[in-house]
Amino acid sequence: MDHLQKLEAQSVHILREAYREFKSLCMLWSIGKDSTVLLWLARKAFFGHVPIPLVHIDTAYKIPEMIQYRDRHAMEWKLTMIYGQNVKALDEKQTFPDGAIDRIACCKALKADALKNTLSGSWPRWKLNLKTGQYEEETNPQPFTGVIVGARADEEGSRSKERYFSPRDKQSDWDIGDQPPEMWNQYKTDFAPGTHVRIHPLLDWTELNIWEYIQRENIPIIDLYFDQGQGTRYRSLGCQPCTNPVESTATNVDEIVEELKTGKFANIAERSGRAQDKEDGGGLETLRREGYM
Amino acid sequence: MTVGHEQMNIVIVGHVDHGKSTFIGRLMADTGSLPDGKLEQVKATCAANSKPFEYAFLMDALKDEQAQGITIDTARVFFKTKKRHYIILDAPGHIEFLKNMVTGAARAEAAVLLIDAKEGVQENSRRHGYLLAMLGVKQVVVVINKMDLVNYDQTTYERVKEEYTAFLSEIGVQPKAFVPISAFHGQGLIEDSKEMPWFDGKSVLEHIDEFKKEEDKTNQPFRMPVQDIYKFTEENDDRRLVAGTIETGSINVGDEVIFYPSKKTSKVKSIEEFNAPVQTSSKAGNAVGLTLETQIYTRPGELMAKVDELQPKSGYEFKANIFWLGKKPMILDKRYKIKCGASGQPVYLKKISKVLDASDLSTNDVKKQIDRHDVAECIFQTTKPMAFDLTSELESTGRFVIVDDYEISGGGIITDTVESGKSRIEDYIEKRDFVWEKGKITQDNRISRFRQTPKLIIITGGEDKGKQELAKALEENLFKQDRNVYYLGLSNMLLSLGSDRAHKVQDRDAHIRQLGEVSHLFTDAGLIVVSTITNLDDQEASILKLLAQPSELIIVNIGESSLTDFPVDYQLDETLPLDRRLGRVLELLRKKSILLDDYAI
Repeated sequence: MDHLQKLEAQSVHILREAYREFKSLCMLWSIGKDSTVLLWLARKAFFGHVPIPLVHIDTAYKIPEMIQYRDRHAMEWKLTMIYGQNVKALDEKQTFPDGAIDRIACCKALKADALKNTLSGSWPRWKLNLKTGQYEEETNPQPFTGVIVGARADEEGSRSKERYFSPRDKQSDWDIGDQPPEMWNQYKTDFAPGTHVRIHPLLDWTELNIWEYIQRENIPIIDLYFDQGQGTRYRSLGCQPCTNPVESTATNVDEIVEELKTGKFANIAERSGRAQDKEDGGGLETLRREGYM
Repeated sequence: MTVGHEQMNIVIVGHVDHGKSTFIGRLMADTGSLPDGKLEQVKATCAANSKPFEYAFLMDALKDEQAQGITIDTARVFFKTKKRHYIILDAPGHIEFLKNMVTGAARAEAAVLLIDAKEGVQENSRRHGYLLAMLGVKQVVVVINKMDLVNYDQTTYERVKEEYTAFLSEIGVQPKAFVPISAFHGQGLIEDSKEMPWFDGKSVLEHIDEFKKEEDKTNQPFRMPVQDIYKFTEENDDRRLVAGTIETGSINVGDEVIFYPSKKTSKVKSIEEFNAPVQTSSKAGNAVGLTLETQIYTRPGELMAKVDELQPKSGYEFKANIFWLGKKPMILDKRYKIKCGASGQPVYLKKISKVLDASDLSTNDVKKQIDRHDVAECIFQTTKPMAFDLTSELESTGRFVIVDDYEISGGGIITDTVESGKSRIEDYIEKRDFVWEKGKITQDNRISRFRQTPKLIIITGGEDKGKQELAKALEENLFKQDRNVYYLGLSNMLLSLGSDRAHKVQDRDAHIRQLGEVSHLFTDAGLIVVSTITNLDDQEASILKLLAQPSELIIVNIGESSLTDFPVDYQLDETLPLDRRLGRVLELLRKKSILLDDYAI
């Protein structure tokens, strides 16, 4: 087995473990490369099917192609596709692009708060009707107690501390000093009522592994990652106002893999194009405690 | 990290403050594995805060970690040499974080164990050494660090080495090498130390590069814990997929396989994978899906093996060595959960043979509980048979964890089976019958009064086969015949609990137990009890039979049966209408002299 096969097998094992143990399970899909690989791995784990609902947090500032891509594949792969957003903050224009708050506060409102309340079912949620192709508000949104997330340990310091099965308490708090032990493919899958768990099947993957897997499996990835002729491309996808493209002429997956292996990005952190990371000295630690992924 | 580049997980362990963070920081910096500018950035931060730069600061990715000054978790750090890429799973030395150390070490293929030359062998130097052995980390390099603090003195090094070697030999561990270093001054890590010309061994990095990759498990007997069984019928997929990760060995289409503990057998029909070419074989490490030639009823949690290879063990009792991480001590006769392979079930600590203080290896034969951070030899007992291997025969399927109150609180390796091991239920019934005080009315008195032999009648079969309908009709019919009968609708309660899937397994066990207990009372009082269970399996039937005794258990199955060895008293065709089903069951009860006619008394 080569390294990618090992990573794949481990992720599939974790996904199956999660599916067996948690009834109220969902998977976050940001449309980015990591969670798209995660979605692909779910198709691997469940033999072409995706028996787990996908949740997308729409900040309304996502790059428009992302939403089109999401819905096209949701229809094609017959996904249970759900989205949620912070309607109030958007209506009242309490966002960074509106000039009302700083970047970190905006991330908190549009991502962390929206995610928390979408998962708990306390804010409205919209579900794609695969027959009509339209989103419909869920009548009785139930809380998700298990959430599968595409975080990778190599992204930044705080993520390297995660477990594959990482508990969060009622306040979504992550107690880094008191995490469950994990050994021999045995994970914490028993949870007291009221607590929930974040599951990280991609923890051991690196950015390069992700691209190599996309290459090997020929996964249809959103083309924002490729240079469209302007000499720039996105290395990491987020909200339009806070995500800057990087200078690169990579136009396809092969060229990206090459660029990451030997080219100019070989030693530069992936999230260098994310403006909000720079405002908080401790990285995303603060927001992660709030539940932002 | 490039495909084709070999990758290895290693762990750096040792007592708190023996220099792990400095060691790792040095290793990264000196192998050129840091991201561009990182070293300069940390140096600049130190200068700005007027504190001297330390390599340990590189590791302190988290704010609160810096605040506490101790590494609190198994952070993953990448470094590379010409030979391969490494992930260092840093494992904290502080005793409070032992479970994090365990998490790191359990995933490692090799370990570097640091001992402070000046402080010498400490409690956690020993404990970590012991845990590495239990966790199955066989390649260990022992590094005597901070040699600069003892003026690079050879005698000090030899003394520490001798002491620790003696300890390791007691627990049967043979380290790859001992190396004296100063991580702080970069002596002996990458190259031979200039300060220690008396040392003629290799540098730490050379030893690390010589660690061997994990042994190939393909040639061992085939084992696959069944994680789940999938059928995506609603999406027009009729495959019944047995899913799991192959722990050891290999499997081919056409191989005869056996599931433990049910001992059901079948043949592999196909190996399935999404977006991949057709495969006819698979091997250890792969997460696969198999379809079988025959429709057999297997449950998630079983252990799959090949018929013509070494068979797994299956039993109610086993001997094990465990380490305990739980905040509460492990005590006798308390109900815990054991997770072994893909199975999870209740388990009880039956006997503590020996408790070992891992820090100094002193033993205690009289201890009645296993405290946090203790290591113990003990005997466990389950209520249902569990499939496993002995770690001496097959390591991966001989390991388990213990869950106490939702938390993984201990880990263990199975060392031996227990001959004539009894189920927890059998032990319990012996005790129950011993304390059960009977009145003056005998069972025979009740039989002649009620004109019936008390029985527990279980109607089983797949879902939606009309089990409850039949059970209720039977109750009504018998009641109208003036029989003393009770329909025990416990299964409805179970269905309405709606808990997570994992809890359903435990709920089901509890349900079987409860049903057996209640039936025991009611049948003892002379009643005929009728109840239903979906897909009753052999083990559950045995438990019910035991609990209901001395009254007998009668099993009526509708449609395909989920029982293999346990006898079904009456098999009903699922196409039969209700009245005819009822007629057959009544006939059976007469034949078995359960319903006695007046003249028969």
